[in-house]
Amino acid sequence: MNDQESSAPIAMASMDDTARADLAIVVLGIADDCMLQGHRDSEWTGLGPILEEDIAFSSMAQDELGHALVWYNLLAGLGETRSPDLLAFTRDAGDWRNAQIVALPRGEYPFSLMRRHLHDLAKAVLYDGLIACGVAEVAVAATKLRQEKKYHLIHNRAYIERLARSETGRGPIQAALDELFPFALGLFEKQDAHDRLAAAGFIPSQALLRERWLDVTCSSLAAAGLRPPAHRAEEAWIPDVDPRVGGRSGRHVPEQVALLEAMQGMFRSDPEATW
Amino acid sequence: MRGSGLLDEAVVMQALEAVKDPEIPVVSVVELGIVQAVQVDSASGAVVVSITPTFSGCPALDLMRTAIESCVLDLGASAVRVEVVLDPPWTSDRIAPEARARMQAIGLAPPPPVGRFRTDISLTLEPLLASEDPVPCPYCGSSQTVMENGFGPTICRSAHYCNGCLQSFEAFKAL
Ligand SMILES: [Zn+2]
Repeated sequence: MNDQESSAPIAMASMDDTARADLAIVVLGIADDCMLQGHRDSEWTGLGPILEEDIAFSSMAQDELGHALVWYNLLAGLGETRSPDLLAFTRDAGDWRNAQIVALPRGEYPFSLMRRHLHDLAKAVLYDGLIACGVAEVAVAATKLRQEKKYHLIHNRAYIERLARSETGRGPIQAALDELFPFALGLFEKQDAHDRLAAAGFIPSQALLRERWLDVTCSSLAAAGLRPPAHRAEEAWIPDVDPRVGGRSGRHVPEQVALLEAMQGMFRSDPEATW
Repeated sequence: MRGSGLLDEAVVMQALEAVKDPEIPVVSVVELGIVQAVQVDSASGAVVVSITPTFSGCPALDLMRTAIESCVLDLGASAVRVEVVLDPPWTSDRIAPEARARMQAIGLAPPPPVGRFRTDISLTLEPLLASEDPVPCPYCGSSQTVMENGFGPTICRSAHYCNGCLQSFEAFKAL
């Protein structure tokens, strides 16, 4: 990475075939994360605990679908022949590369809020890293999407702090954190394609991204009065729980099947339809 | 119909002033700053318009794209292609001054300069917004306002409350 920072990023078309194939794998994972996060948040439309949150989750869902589209579109430059619609609406669970966290059922409001927070911070850290990365198109996309994350981060933090400070909210938001933390660590699941790209200096390593995410996440949660399932050792936060992995190789929580049926049913009933 | 021989970038740009943002009908796509470039092939009369989304999930983008296509064809272009680009990314600082005044007139607070917002926020515990810089109220001009929610009725708007005139208002988000 350090070598790359001083030199200009290269276009995807100039990468060799192996690197392009690896990048397609990594980008698909990012796109799938956004798509399913967006779908789960859209389930709050009409059901939010208060009108403002109904609107906020619907807006963030819309943002995520926009982000998924940006990444799916990028894949076209990496040899993907399927359109974004086909990628989103015709793949079975085993072909998805999302981390498991985004497919978990929406649960109660504190659960959905904490999932957003953990995932938004992970994507913010990732995009911060990709803005300076060695692939021009990826850097452009990350720059655009990182700007939009700002409003998610403001939102999540305001509501998490509100819950953490209240007598009735603290228990549920802490429980959500405990339940979600292993899944959030799964966003940094080891991926050979990612490792090779990082070794070649194209993108930051998973280890570095995870370390940054742990730092910002655990510090901010602790400042809000919550107990992240991790401890501080010298400068770094070390998780006290094992990550829930498998998503990046197509192993998902059972609920992902029902999620995909709900999300894809309409499209699959008539893939040629125009709207 | 005008002949395509008259077409040049300035003519197309001028005509696009008639294409409005469907969510803010007092502002054109040009004033909004989403038209990144116009290229006219003088030999063939074909036009390429590059646009960039405000927010990447903006549902109005497709509508604007279609409206831009018809607008350019009505000018006499032999063919038109509207391409969506992300570089450089759109920023609310691009919104034209006249458009800001018209937003204000319909009760939509224009976005404050982006420079007032922290952009490098994820790795700090600092306040995410510079709270000493509230969005002025579009009704009474008071600066005694608070952002109640970063999300309003569309993804490009936030919800605010004015302690001066005790009214809620919306603002176009700074991005
Ligand atoms: Zn006022």
